[in-house]
Amino acid sequence: MKDTALSYGGRHLHAPDPGAPALALDGVAAGHSGAAPILHDVSFALPIGKRFALVGPNGSGKSTLLKTVAGLLPMCGGNIRVFGLRVGACHHRTSYVPQRQSINWDFPVDVRRFTLAGRFVHTGWLRRPSAECHAVVDGVLASLGLTEIARRPIGELSGGQQQRLLLARAAAQESDLLLLDEPLNAVDAASRVLVGALLDRLQRAGKSMIVSTHDVGTHDLPFDDVLSIEDGTVRGGAR
Amino acid sequence: MNWLLEPWTHGFMRDALAAGLAAGVACGVLGVFVVFRRMAFVGEAMSHTTLPGLVIAQAKGLSLMAGALASNVVTALGIAVLSSRTSRRRGIRDDAAIGVVFTGMFALGVVLTARIGSWRDLSHLLLGNLLSVAQGDLLFMLCAAVLVLAVILALFKELELASYDSTYADLIGIRSQRLHALLLVLIAFAVVSGVQVVGVVLTSALLVTPAATAALLTRRMVPMLWLSATTAAAAVVGGLLLSYHASLPSGATIVLMAALLFMTAWIWRRTQRG
Repeated sequence: MKDTALSYGGRHLHAPDPGAPALALDGVAAGHSGAAPILHDVSFALPIGKRFALVGPNGSGKSTLLKTVAGLLPMCGGNIRVFGLRVGACHHRTSYVPQRQSINWDFPVDVRRFTLAGRFVHTGWLRRPSAECHAVVDGVLASLGLTEIARRPIGELSGGQQQRLLLARAAAQESDLLLLDEPLNAVDAASRVLVGALLDRLQRAGKSMIVSTHDVGTHDLPFDDVLSIEDGTVRGGAR
Repeated sequence: MNWLLEPWTHGFMRDALAAGLAAGVACGVLGVFVVFRRMAFVGEAMSHTTLPGLVIAQAKGLSLMAGALASNVVTALGIAVLSSRTSRRRGIRDDAAIGVVFTGMFALGVVLTARIGSWRDLSHLLLGNLLSVAQGDLLFMLCAAVLVLAVILALFKELELASYDSTYADLIGIRSQRLHALLLVLIAFAVVSGVQVVGVVLTSALLVTPAATAALLTRRMVPMLWLSATTAAAAVVGGLLLSYHASLPSGATIVLMAALLFMTAWIWRRTQRG
């Protein structure tokens, strides 16, 4: 991955801090700007290559935590380090897979183009994705069983296909830390198998991930540790 | 054949064609973003909020298009600020933000008209003034079209991504709110051109109808941009020809032609499904 002179938001690729965990939170408080914090004193560490579940009911702060780590929401206390770097210094290495409802599925973009957006962070302003980017996208689409529908508009996909597509974009980014917001929520069995296989493959390749879910028992994904979150407070995980 | 070619032997018709194509293509291309970002109300708002700028420019003896543009840029930035994510969390929805700025600016225009202008002086802008477009205005419209196309070409992948997933755009540092503001400013330029072509009342048709027509014919972004621009251009050419030969108002005839193209595409689409 080459750094670009016109990277988005001036965010260049920084080398990770040797020996640092993939993610370390220390006393983090966060929420929407101008509102009371949703997260309170959250501390845990995610070692490189590990997969943690983040389990909690609706409104417990799962999405807020993932968005804060991704840099989408401001912190009002504490510290977050991603591969030893501050949030925002390593966006190439972090991908966030949102819940399906945050996407405008009516927009006229097809499956391939949507997945290609995962490469934009490496491309930057005023440049077109390279042949290498297209090759990465082809590989990811094949691994998630999306090649056959690569030219289909995203608005014509089933719920399971949409979820696989979101994961495809994150995989195309080739990030080292994946933040997955309920990736298996309301998806069909076939999609669960494909998603599970991809996550296993990514973990074997040394990727680290946090997977939020209502209930860790409702799907077959193995986890290295389980973080419980309730009312913005996290329990579990190495500190 | 003479029916098709004779009108363009007149200089005023050639100027009208150039102005109409510039405004039509700019509005047609931007219209795809407007329609699929669910901002159709913006076109209506922007065209009406030219009024205070027009009144002030007329009273001060300045270029009407410069006045309209200044007014629209203020509107664009006002909408961008009021429809920001922070404002949304405070309970201001996008359509409410547009409604507040739109009606506020239009009311300001009405008050200014009562104080320093007159409706009669501005009536030609309410319904368009394509057949007597000034050379300076034509130059502005051509520059506005080039600006719109250049920005969309340069920032296409970012505008596209921010249109369907602003969260991911923000995640990788694209800053979707700034792109939203930029898009509104581009719409301001296109609408000011459109006001000259079809007037304040009908400008939103130039933004919405060609894009809606293209959306009936394809579900892919790049072909849709081409089809929308082509539809707008065809409406301008057809509308000008018909208005010339039938002595009809040019702006309204262009909009009618665009509506006719939309209906044709809609019927074709229905027959394809049937």
